[in-house]
Amino acid sequence: MKIIVCIKQVPDTKGGVKFNPDGTLDRGAMLTIMNPDDKAGLEAALRLKDEYGAEVTVLTMGLPKAEDVLREAIAMGADKGVLVTDRVLGGADTWATSTTIAGAIRNLEYDLIITGRQAIDGDTAQVGPQIAEHLGIPVISYAQEIKMDGDSVIVKRQYDDGYHMLKAKTPCLITALSELNDPRYMTPGGIFDAVNAEITVWGRANLVDVDDSNLGLKGSPTKIAKASDKVRKGSGEKVTLDAEESVQYIVGKLKDKHVI
Amino acid sequence: MGLEEYKGVYVYAQQVDNKLSNISFELIGEGKRLAKDLNTDVTAVLVGSGIKNLADELAAYGADKVIVVDDPELKDYRTEPYAHALASVINEYKPDIMLVGATAIGRDLGPTVSARVATGLTADCTSLEIGDFPMTPIPNQEQKHNQLLMTRPAFGGNTIATIACPDNRPQMATVRPGVMQKLAKVEGAKAEIIEFNPGFTPNDKYVEILEVAKAVSDIKDIMDAKILVSGGRGVGSPENFKLLEDLADALGGQVSCSRAVVDSGWKPKELQVGQTGKTVRPQVYFAIGISGAIQHVAGMEESDIIVAINKDEDAPIFDVADYGVVGDLNKIVPALTEAIKAEMAAK
Repeated sequence: MKIIVCIKQVPDTKGGVKFNPDGTLDRGAMLTIMNPDDKAGLEAALRLKDEYGAEVTVLTMGLPKAEDVLREAIAMGADKGVLVTDRVLGGADTWATSTTIAGAIRNLEYDLIITGRQAIDGDTAQVGPQIAEHLGIPVISYAQEIKMDGDSVIVKRQYDDGYHMLKAKTPCLITALSELNDPRYMTPGGIFDAVNAEITVWGRANLVDVDDSNLGLKGSPTKIAKASDKVRKGSGEKVTLDAEESVQYIVGKLKDKHVI
Repeated sequence: MGLEEYKGVYVYAQQVDNKLSNISFELIGEGKRLAKDLNTDVTAVLVGSGIKNLADELAAYGADKVIVVDDPELKDYRTEPYAHALASVINEYKPDIMLVGATAIGRDLGPTVSARVATGLTADCTSLEIGDFPMTPIPNQEQKHNQLLMTRPAFGGNTIATIACPDNRPQMATVRPGVMQKLAKVEGAKAEIIEFNPGFTPNDKYVEILEVAKAVSDIKDIMDAKILVSGGRGVGSPENFKLLEDLADALGGQVSCSRAVVDSGWKPKELQVGQTGKTVRPQVYFAIGISGAIQHVAGMEESDIIVAINKDEDAPIFDVADYGVVGDLNKIVPALTEAIKAEMAAK
């Protein structure tokens, strides 16, 4: 079995964010981590590898330094890493990102593609389903459990009010929730492998069946009109009183506002 | 492709088990506001099996037209037949704007359909306006008018971005539930009903549903609550939530919680407020023992009045609270409950 896991190096949003003058994110200026939902997807793939045997290829699109996240994945147990990087791919929205990744995946054999549900920088949850659509394969989003059944995959798919157990023929794309599992740590042997691993680097010329008009900032249907730090409403009052006074304070405010 | 061919505001009318989801009415309400600026009307797209009877309810909430795609293959939500239904409607009727709820269904259906009809999609919007793109004129670039400007939080709520889709149609957005206002229901209102079936032929993309499990629950939706008493990890234990439940009962409100509480298994996910939970805007939101991570704040900051009780005076929740009390919730909350009961009894 061959599994491709799409992972993304994301800014650690706890550290604040920085922008380029054109409103796109200045990824070079921020600390980075492996996106949590993607890490859960990788762990799910590694568990399938442990149980059924599989070759796990991790693929990322990003700046050259995104290679770090591939080496982290190899240190956890992935077999191969592919970095898709090219100046012409910069500034891509979810459409242009998904056409790029689909173009890279067309070079590879696969039974399953696993992506995270969403990345913590954009929070869109769009790239996984869009890759599946470009490749013409079924997609199952919001996976809570994944198991194989011959040439099919059985997935517990989360909804707002419960779940569906779904069965799809492979090849299939699954988007993983970070609740799916607790990702394993890198192992010393894995770190050794990761340092020495050869990362495949692809650029524009390696993308299969993709038109230039669908790539990068120019190929993105959505355009940023405005981006800014969020303006929050100012904080109100803050008091430190004893318990009884605190209660009187809150009750007073609720009465002022005609809540009680 | 002439962009001017694309007309009208369309909303995806989500139904589950042949019951319309609240987001459907919220999208119609927001769609009507946008349609007024564009001098056009609102069409609801209703997809399912045996669902024609729901069209009148969509009309009662303001839909001018309802396109009904009714087919046995559409019994329960599955990506492929639903995406085929909605993409076929878009290709046939060419809407200018297509809105979908940012639900566990819409966030699967939206991206699949947008990729199929080759247009952009902006996720989880919290505000929509009709305006110009670029918003201010730029030399040597055409400024387009009557564009959908879609505003959404990003980077964990640290920033806010406004997005346009100037060169592709439809302009598609998924919209966060609980943010847009539905219109008052007008019983007996009628919409023009259009039945449409593009044909459904199962293929490998039609996944098989082995089991449908509903969370067994009689919990009222926290998005409908007027008063929410919300607890975080600081509450200390699942048993200690009794203090919050008593306060909620005294006020006629409901209990909700932060993600930490759900992750600890103290409360079910349907009570979770925040970016990965629900967006709420009650009249009063009590944040008790909640530190106020930005992901939590994103789900409750639109509440009319926010009261925070926390023993950590530096907790970020105090930055958004109207009334912040630094202190021990174990002492304050029970006394507050008694005081409120006394006030109510005195009325």
